[in-house]
Amino acid sequence: MAKFNKKKDGGLPPVNTAALPDIVFMLLFFFMVATVMREDTLKITNTLPLANQIEKLDKSKPISYIYIGKPSGNYTSKFGTEARIQLNDDFADVDQIIPFINAERAALREELVPFLTVSLKVDRESNMGIVGDVKQELREANALKINYSTGSGDALSNMDK
Amino acid sequence: MAKRAAPEVNAGSMADIAFLLLIFFLVTTTIPKDSGISRKLPPIDNSDQEPPILREKNIFKVIINRRDQLLVEDEIKDIKDLRQAAVEFLDNNGDGSCEFCQGKRDPASSDNPIKAVISLENNRETTYAAYIAVQNELVAAYNELRNRRALEIGPQRGFPNMNFVEMQEASNNVQWVGDKDKLKEVIEQIQEEIPQKLAEVAGTN
Repeated sequence: MAKFNKKKDGGLPPVNTAALPDIVFMLLFFFMVATVMREDTLKITNTLPLANQIEKLDKSKPISYIYIGKPSGNYTSKFGTEARIQLNDDFADVDQIIPFINAERAALREELVPFLTVSLKVDRESNMGIVGDVKQELREANALKINYSTGSGDALSNMDK
Repeated sequence: MAKRAAPEVNAGSMADIAFLLLIFFLVTTTIPKDSGISRKLPPIDNSDQEPPILREKNIFKVIINRRDQLLVEDEIKDIKDLRQAAVEFLDNNGDGSCEFCQGKRDPASSDNPIKAVISLENNRETTYAAYIAVQNELVAAYNELRNRRALEIGPQRGFPNMNFVEMQEASNNVQWVGDKDKLKEVIEQIQEEIPQKLAEVAGTN
């Protein structure tokens, strides 16, 4: 009788995928928590050099970012291949740094203003000329706390091209 | 007849939705790495005050040229040897006033760590990577001496087996348990004994 037919042998039973959403959710929550949205859209190439004598920047203190590097992909036709400065979301000239610092200060609570640190994210291929100009402007803006942003690794490897 | 149970909602596509979100966050995630070498720029000095006169032997000159080559104390040096040379210069103790130094007491080199100044000069065409490498080595030289000093005075002050870098980390770490005020005193003392005097000379062409 058909009712008592033995189940066909062979063929693996299907894997139970009921727990799959749980696993995916777990990953999802991890990434949601770990995500920090990019503050600025980079229009320049920005490969940081490496160093090993580094300090972590204190996140509770205000940080402003100045990016320096060669314009990336689409922008080379308009802005050339020399290293440029990027403030917030746009290319900038050296003389825009003082207004930028003042604007960053104005946006802060007053008691935090003296702790403003400027993080220089400079592409490793850039020349020191532009970095020196930026540093001079920062001195004039009286933003003296700076941090050369670097990756962590062997600093000596910076020297080989 | 038994009451009919409410039909179950099909949750089969929940995984798909979760995947979608997961992929979105995967793509947008940048694990931030905000670390680097901290420096303090010198304030602009408009006063007519004469700069203090430094003796030539108390200055350790490092020059990086446009081809990223190093000239240390008028000698061409490889970056590998820079740290050791800087440590020897700072640790020299020419006038004998530094009781923790272990240097050679060479009269032609620096008097003591407080007087010793490292001057770093770079060309406008020096690459940033080379500049950072040199900065890193010079900071490493200072840290090496400060670590040694921290291991010497730490145990008497109640912080055994902590070098200077670890002390600084601990004092910035909110979760660290211990006497922070005392630790800060030790850190400040070491910073006073071995001050980081790194002068940067404006780039020449």
